[in-house]
Amino acid sequence: MLTVQGVHLWRGDRHVLRGVSFDGGAGKCVLLTGKNGAGKTTLIRAIAGLLDPEEGQVFWRGTPARSRRDEFHAELAYLGHEPPLKGDLSARENLKYSIGIRRAVTTAEIDAALTRTGAITFADRAVRMLSAGQRRRVALAGVVLSNAVLWLLDEPTTNLDADGQQLVRDLISEHLARAGLVVAAVHHSLPLPAEQLITLELGPS
Amino acid sequence: MFFMIVATLFPLTLTPEMSRLRDAAPGVLWIGALLSSLLALEFLFRDDAVDGTLEQFALSGQSLTWMLFAKTCTHWLLTGLPLALTAPIAAAALGVSFEAMGGVVASLLLGSFAMSLVGAIGAGLTLGARRGGVLLSLLTLPLAVPILIFGARATQLAIGGGDIAPPMYLLGAIAVLGLTLAPLAAAAAVRIGLE
Repeated sequence: MLTVQGVHLWRGDRHVLRGVSFDGGAGKCVLLTGKNGAGKTTLIRAIAGLLDPEEGQVFWRGTPARSRRDEFHAELAYLGHEPPLKGDLSARENLKYSIGIRRAVTTAEIDAALTRTGAITFADRAVRMLSAGQRRRVALAGVVLSNAVLWLLDEPTTNLDADGQQLVRDLISEHLARAGLVVAAVHHSLPLPAEQLITLELGPS
Repeated sequence: MFFMIVATLFPLTLTPEMSRLRDAAPGVLWIGALLSSLLALEFLFRDDAVDGTLEQFALSGQSLTWMLFAKTCTHWLLTGLPLALTAPIAAAALGVSFEAMGGVVASLLLGSFAMSLVGAIGAGLTLGARRGGVLLSLLTLPLAVPILIFGARATQLAIGGGDIAPPMYLLGAIAVLGLTLAPLAAAAAVRIGLE
């Protein structure tokens, strides 16, 4: 489904990604591991199309992702370091606004997703009043709501407590069971069945 | 707000003769409008870029061009439109007659819209830059000069009781050109800025 082929990428004068290749199919979780600065975020952003690789290509369903960018993006959910939320809006309003751009979404769906990620209790509070962990739970509800096939998660467990980290693992397992595909940059391995896991150690730069 | 402050402070520093003030009015109104537009443009995409929503726009699967166009229009509704609508107060302080107000407002409406469109390109290009404000002004000013010239001419003709149609047509042409090209250029600039 997702094929990354020989991706080379420089950031300034640093050669961060040196010919990264992998093939991810439905129901697989690609774990990107490596030290800080190994290029995990860079690779995730390159897959999403936010960065242009100097060499190599990203294919989605057999065609170059760049040539059918909008179709590719419609099937993709990206969660970066910072949860993309507006501080002045409540969690519920944020999701209504951000998911509303992608598709028609009902209040019941939003509430169900917020309940799933344990964010329903603070759904009406302005996001800037929430803690970093609570904000991440709201952003995770957005990923669940997106109905995307490909999840690109950059350090999804950051700022989360033990319950929250378990929640991320459960959400990923459920997504894989729905024949979804996850590419996640992580520091610790996820306890998933070996046949679902593709681990990619990114080298030092 | 900035526009009102600039335009109402001018009469205090110039000679109190109404005819002199009236002569200076087009320049004062348009330079005030241009500078306040430039100030506001800095915030067009910056907050969305900082909190990551702009990235989500780019990855939403919808056309980034249309989304940025909608954002630019909203920005104009919140900055350019109030500026044009409050201009009669500033113009009255500069001794502009009531009959000329229609022309003053019309030229500022069209001019500020064109300015927002042109400025969206600069706002997109300076997304990645740290002190983007100065760079944004440098990039946008040359593109905004024709708007300034034709807008000030239209206001001058309105005050003098002349026919404002010719400069208004030219302003309209710039606005149409901006409508056609600016959203495309802004989307391309934002994609570069997000890298």
